[in-house]
Amino acid sequence: MNTDRIEKKVLLKASRERVWRAISEADQFGRWFGVDFDGPFVAGEPLSGRIVPTQVDPEVAKLQAPHAGQPFAIVVDAIEPMQRFAFRWHPFAIDPALDYSREEMTLVEFLLEDADDGVLLTIRESGFDRIPLARRAQAFAANDGGWAHQSRLIAKYLALPA
Amino acid sequence: MKRAAAARSAETARAFSALGDATRLRIVNRLAGGGPLSIVRLTQGNAISRQAVTKHLRALEHAGLVRSRRAGRERLWQLEAQRLADARRYLDRISDQWDAAIARLRAFVEDEPE
Repeated sequence: MNTDRIEKKVLLKASRERVWRAISEADQFGRWFGVDFDGPFVAGEPLSGRIVPTQVDPEVAKLQAPHAGQPFAIVVDAIEPMQRFAFRWHPFAIDPALDYSREEMTLVEFLLEDADDGVLLTIRESGFDRIPLARRAQAFAANDGGWAHQSRLIAKYLALPA
Repeated sequence: MKRAAAARSAETARAFSALGDATRLRIVNRLAGGGPLSIVRLTQGNAISRQAVTKHLRALEHAGLVRSRRAGRERLWQLEAQRLADARRYLDRISDQWDAAIARLRAFVEDEPE
């Protein structure tokens, strides 16, 4: 049982440069993720922004609308061109009633590899074991309704033909 | 209803703090690999005393993560699967969020003009 990390692999049918720019340039990242950053990604530097509804999916955008304008912050950890982009954050910390600033951050890494039909992207988030345990329990006690709702929407979204 | 939710939340918090210890996680993994096990078996291969293992088992029991029953002269310990499932849920939620973000990234890089 690994409680410390989450790892996702996805094959994207796009050029390596296209994928690299989508994850390593703040404005492009913001368009799919749903955040408006105050500046560019710079290795070692913190960067703040605000939640905005995503531009790529109207249904998810509707879901994000109640969170619009809420502050969002990361610390860029590494930018290794065309290979690896990494930042630290408080994982999906969007509850305005909670103060996350004194908690440990997790490390999010995006790793790119060439694949036959495009780019194999690995997203790895690690460091969950350092997050206070009471906080982890609280995370889903507080957000239960919202998360369940979002999961249903995502399931619907993913069932759409590509 | 609200009281039930609050009680459940408190139980979950106990489960998480019980798991926030390397030795206890090892005990849980050991039980997951093949329980029920006696204290003697659980102590084998661990560099800690039977007393220490017993103490950790009591903490896990208090959190509802394990339970025990008497079998002759010894006590056998096994996992409470439901509590562990609760403890996994936090990561499952974050995982769902990433799935959604990846779906948006895919739409962005595969379908949208730059």
